Amino acid sequence: MKRGLIALSASAVTGFAGPVHPFLSPTNIFAPASTPAQSIFDLSVFVLEVTAAIFIVVFSLLAYAVVKFRKRTTTEGREPAQVYGSTQLELAWTVIPVLIVVVLFLAAARVIASIQNAARPSNAIQVTVIGHQFWWEYRYPGLKVVTANELHIPVSDPAHPTPTFLTLLSADTDHSFWVPRLAGKTDLIPNHPNSMWLDPHQTGLYLGQCAQYCGTQHALMLLRVYVDSREDFDRWIRVQSQPAHVNSKVSVGQRIFETTACVNCHTIAGTAAKGTFGPDLTHLMSRQTIASGAAKNTLGTLIAWIYKPDLMKPGSKMPSMGLSIQQSAAVATYLATLR
Amino acid sequence: MSTESIAWPRPAATPLPWVEQLHQWVTTVDHKRLGLLYMFYALLFLIAGGVEATIMRIQLIRPLNHFVSPQVFNRMFTMHGTTMIFFVAMPVMFGFANYLIPLMIGARDMAFPRLNAFSFWMTAFGGLLLYFSFVGGDGLYGAGNAPDVGWFAYAPLTAQTFSPGHSTDFWTLSLLVSGFGSIGTAINIIATVLCSRCKGMTLGKMPLLAWLNLTMAGLVILAVSPLTAAQVMLLVDRYLGGHFFDTQAGGSAVMWMHFFWVFGHPEVYVLVIPAFAFASEIIPVFSRKAIFGYPIMVAATVCIGFISMSVWAHHMFAVGMSAAGNTFFVLSTMAIAVPTGIKIFNWLATMWGGQIHFETPMLFCIAFLFQFLIAGLTGVMQAAAPFDWQLTASYFVVAHFHYVIVGAILFTLFGAVYYWFPKMSGRMYSERFGKLHFWLFVIGFHLTFDFMHVPGVLGMPRRIYTYEPGRGWDIWNLIITVGVFFQAAGVLVFVVNLLWSYFRGKVAGNDPWDAWTLEWSTTSPPPAYNFATLPEVGSRRPLWDLKHPEDPDWQYE
Repeated sequence: MKRGLIALSASAVTGFAGPVHPFLSPTNIFAPASTPAQSIFDLSVFVLEVTAAIFIVVFSLLAYAVVKFRKRTTTEGREPAQVYGSTQLELAWTVIPVLIVVVLFLAAARVIASIQNAARPSNAIQVTVIGHQFWWEYRYPGLKVVTANELHIPVSDPAHPTPTFLTLLSADTDHSFWVPRLAGKTDLIPNHPNSMWLDPHQTGLYLGQCAQYCGTQHALMLLRVYVDSREDFDRWIRVQSQPAHVNSKVSVGQRIFETTACVNCHTIAGTAAKGTFGPDLTHLMSRQTIASGAAKNTLGTLIAWIYKPDLMKPGSKMPSMGLSIQQSAAVATYLATLR
Repeated sequence: MSTESIAWPRPAATPLPWVEQLHQWVTTVDHKRLGLLYMFYALLFLIAGGVEATIMRIQLIRPLNHFVSPQVFNRMFTMHGTTMIFFVAMPVMFGFANYLIPLMIGARDMAFPRLNAFSFWMTAFGGLLLYFSFVGGDGLYGAGNAPDVGWFAYAPLTAQTFSPGHSTDFWTLSLLVSGFGSIGTAINIIATVLCSRCKGMTLGKMPLLAWLNLTMAGLVILAVSPLTAAQVMLLVDRYLGGHFFDTQAGGSAVMWMHFFWVFGHPEVYVLVIPAFAFASEIIPVFSRKAIFGYPIMVAATVCIGFISMSVWAHHMFAVGMSAAGNTFFVLSTMAIAVPTGIKIFNWLATMWGGQIHFETPMLFCIAFLFQFLIAGLTGVMQAAAPFDWQLTASYFVVAHFHYVIVGAILFTLFGAVYYWFPKMSGRMYSERFGKLHFWLFVIGFHLTFDFMHVPGVLGMPRRIYTYEPGRGWDIWNLIITVGVFFQAAGVLVFVVNLLWSYFRGKVAGNDPWDAWTLEWSTTSPPPAYNFATLPEVGSRRPLWDLKHPEDPDWQYE
């Protein structure tokens, strides 16, 4: 039984991210798809050009010196001419680097200002991101939506931008929100609210993960950002703001769920479950993954996850409730109705 | 000056029983013995830290590997970082400073020999305390575990809530104890350089190594003190109900970051400035030319020392500082490239027009120049804050700082060991094994750390114990791990070479490199009192003056 579950939870993760990406990786920082990522990309190309030029010059000098001035048998026994310095040369290789530094500094300062001081338009979507060990909570203030691990935001047409502004908070330790194709990373620090913004230009799924070490399961604190068309996004918001759809056929699982400690941590809107320590499960089945992206969201992985969370994500904060495999299956069947 | 005449002939005494010898080593206050103890101790910890790195690399060799658990992996990177910085790099630099400074400035010992011994033993016991955590870290639970909070131990992960047991306390206390040792050694170096120089050696005629170590010691005092203070505050938080960093009670996680990095960035220069010192001694001797632009080399070093105190928050570009704050730290960080660039150009100019000898020490220094150039340029990339918002905390950063710490610091260290081994042991090392070590290490280094930049650019964060396939990271991680085995083989050849040469190497003589600084004027190994009569110097290269009376340096300086 246990072996079967290990195999199940392993297979749940294996081969999950899909085929090889056209940009070498779905998280390539050099494949920007949003304005902040694009302006960082433009700056990095400029910095790479300057540093490559410096490298070529200095490397050539080094290579030339090593080859040209190597010891020769003809000069054996005689010391070369002793040169103690040259004010002109030393002045040259002080002033030229100073000029390069000034140029690079100005280029970087401009991009810092353009990203950090960007004005927030009135039609911007507002999302509060709360980092937890080891999952993400998303709240849409004003839209009455609370969800976990999979962020949905609307696409932003460059002609009529509808950017999303994120307020970044932490419930416990430090985390960092990093979806490389959309923006650079910003940390989520307790007692230190941060913010960042995204305006993805194309719909699709953008991957990332927590980039600040936050504890045992830092590695499986994955980020999934779904960029929807405006219509899809509005529909998604409409569905998510409803209470849970209760189905009497799964009342066995529901009763187990509501009479064990599950309800201390999880919320299912419209039921007795009102915990806030773990992810909101009201619309669990609208999500493609569970355990913060660690596994696909299927009945099988749900059973495995409920039965022994440590098999799928060792060190996660979800405890094993001591349920039998049948009880776990009943709870999973109940959860699988939450669409 | 015949060098044999300086040192007293040593009596051919019967060897002491080993208990006596051990007692002498444990109770020694001799700067050379303490220097060697530091180096030997650092070598042991280098092997421990290397094993930890290898465990991590085996775990990451392929996606979803199950070599170690996440808990073990997290302990490994915490212990690897802490060990390598605090118990390998710092002690070995202190060891060289201890051994070489009195010899190079013509003194009989460090200014405070007893403080010197005290500092060494503080550092040594600090390291033992850290490793004792494998036995006692869990406190009452019995099983034991090592700290797993990362080597910069960001708050609030270190609070009792998130780190119960004693593993974090072992981390804190070991750094606290070894920190006192570091400060003691720094005071000693400053006092020695300022007060114990031989006759004729003005500050402007000191070997560059002494100047650079003086700067390093100043940085240690300024940088280690805030770290020590922060460790005390953390202990107060954990055991006395303080709330400095306890965010659940209104403390500030960001304040810990400031405390740590105001130590952490100067620390990089604490390590790299002595590495510069080795290069500044080795490159001239093996190019057969005086160092190019001595005054500007000194000025650039002191300048790096000052600027390095004002750049720490470039480790915190993603923390959410204001645009003005970020912009300031972009400027200060880029500014440090200027004096660093001056040093690279001056080393190049030293080689220019010389006769370069490719013995092992010089090979390591040439590789250092090449690798330090790249490390500096990737540093400039990360100094541009927006670029750093992508690169920080990714494998690109890991590649960058290993390029500095391994590619620059460890390479010059190997060069320095080969260069001064004949002086310390009286024997020559095996040149053939030295070159084998060099090439194995160069290949391994470049396989590991060149390719490590790539997964960083492809979005791989550091400190993850596993990753899923399909992210485009697999092949790079495989290559990185393969490189580790080349490096391990190189270190093995290095250790074998040292052991073999110590017992079987050919006798080195006083001055095997035809070098110019004072340590080469006494016997190899030097007697306890260093010099029978204290030397008197007239220039930066006293032995050049002796060997070339027709063209002495003091005519030009």
